[in-house]
Amino acid sequence: MERHFEQELAELKQKLLTMGSYAEKAVSDAVNALANRDLALALAVRANDKVLDQFELEVDEMAIRLLAKAPLASDLRLVTVALKLTQNLERVGDEAAKIAKRARDLSKEPPLKLQLELPRMAALAGDLLKRSLDAFVQKDPAAARALIPRDKEVNALHKQIQAQIIEHMKESPDHIARCLHLLVATKSLERIADHAKNVAEEVVYLCEARDIRHGGSKWTAT
Amino acid sequence: MPENALPKLEVKTALAAASGNAAPLIEIKKLSLFYGQAQALKNISLSIRERVVTAFIGPSGCGKSTLLRCLNRMNDLIDGVRIEGSVRIGQHDIYAPDVDVIELRKRVGMVFQKSNPFPKSIYDNVAYGLRIQGVKNKSDLDAAVEQSLRGAALWDEVKDRLHTSALGLSGGQQQRLCIARAIAVKPEIVLMDEPASALDPIATARVEDLILELKRDFTIVIVTHNMQQATRISDDTAFFYMGELIEAGPTQKIFTNPRQKRTEDYVTGRFG
Repeated sequence: MERHFEQELAELKQKLLTMGSYAEKAVSDAVNALANRDLALALAVRANDKVLDQFELEVDEMAIRLLAKAPLASDLRLVTVALKLTQNLERVGDEAAKIAKRARDLSKEPPLKLQLELPRMAALAGDLLKRSLDAFVQKDPAAARALIPRDKEVNALHKQIQAQIIEHMKESPDHIARCLHLLVATKSLERIADHAKNVAEEVVYLCEARDIRHGGSKWTAT
Repeated sequence: MPENALPKLEVKTALAAASGNAAPLIEIKKLSLFYGQAQALKNISLSIRERVVTAFIGPSGCGKSTLLRCLNRMNDLIDGVRIEGSVRIGQHDIYAPDVDVIELRKRVGMVFQKSNPFPKSIYDNVAYGLRIQGVKNKSDLDAAVEQSLRGAALWDEVKDRLHTSALGLSGGQQQRLCIARAIAVKPEIVLMDEPASALDPIATARVEDLILELKRDFTIVIVTHNMQQATRISDDTAFFYMGELIEAGPTQKIFTNPRQKRTEDYVTGRFG
């Protein structure tokens, strides 16, 4: 017979997975709204952000209830990781909502004629998020570790796109308002990749009890 | 993302348990113990560090209390017990033929699961061991009784009734009195066999606080069934199963990332 405690842990995992899928969808919808100048989709992403906020509250409540039962070893790691994952996923939702807001505003303006690698950056950030959540599902610390350096690719693209947009603003001051929307959206994609990296780091901790953030802590690295 | 729940978690790394840098005070080497034909301890080797709290954990019958009692030769009192291997405390093999067991038990005190004050006054309970050692001077005894009761965090509660019966104290106070009695003779090591298992949460918290205070002066080895208690008070933890030492190491490691699957199963309550 499965114990109540294990059942609660399974429910916590399930809740996180559902939250993860909502976060992934929010990002892809926000990016599509931006790329296709889709006002309706942008508005939907912003409205759905409340769903992720609600997930965060629910996962936190479940985790605190489980902590009160004093889990240990891998159970303890799962509960503490859940608290961190839910925060990262909620913030992914916030960033998606920011992109959607800029997509909404840009959809009302004429399109900018700019050759940016924004689609590639969006694909990379979305892929990082998807793969980090897959690593959580598969309990695959090797896959999680492999994702971490890829955040740098996103950062490099962010810098490159930022520079291009600034250059364009200098050349075409009347485009500044629209360029600022794009700058914010680009920054949000960069933050989404950061959160995906955080998820990957938590997966390593969950599986190996090694805290690899900030170069790792001493006692877990024995 | 797949809709099915995650498969069960596994600990994938086999990390060596670091025991810290302090020199061991107790060295148990290849210790086996037999009750007649039945082997209760199987080839146990374990170092216990000085002035830290070491917790012995494991299911009932795993040998943890038997091993604890080996550390002051309490098992000598049981008929048919045979011991192989060695236990060294400092430089001395406590199972060497010339060891004075009474002297050994002065160095290695013990506190039991059920508090067992003598049916005497609070004062006489604490002074008991000192009087056996030949201390007669009243002011010396008074000072030692006060120091021990203060050390056991009991002084303020009993200083006005030192000469009343110890049996009138609450369960938690009686257990702290037994700790005062154990430390009055200034042992190096205090063994505790589930010292808080019969106490309510408030009395348990006081005993746990006391143990954390005592480790400044004493090396403490405690048997406990309470995993949370082990995490709260111990620095090192050793897990036993069916007479074998399965894993030993820093408590934080044992309870967040044990090396052995049996330890993981036990501390997460998935045993058996």
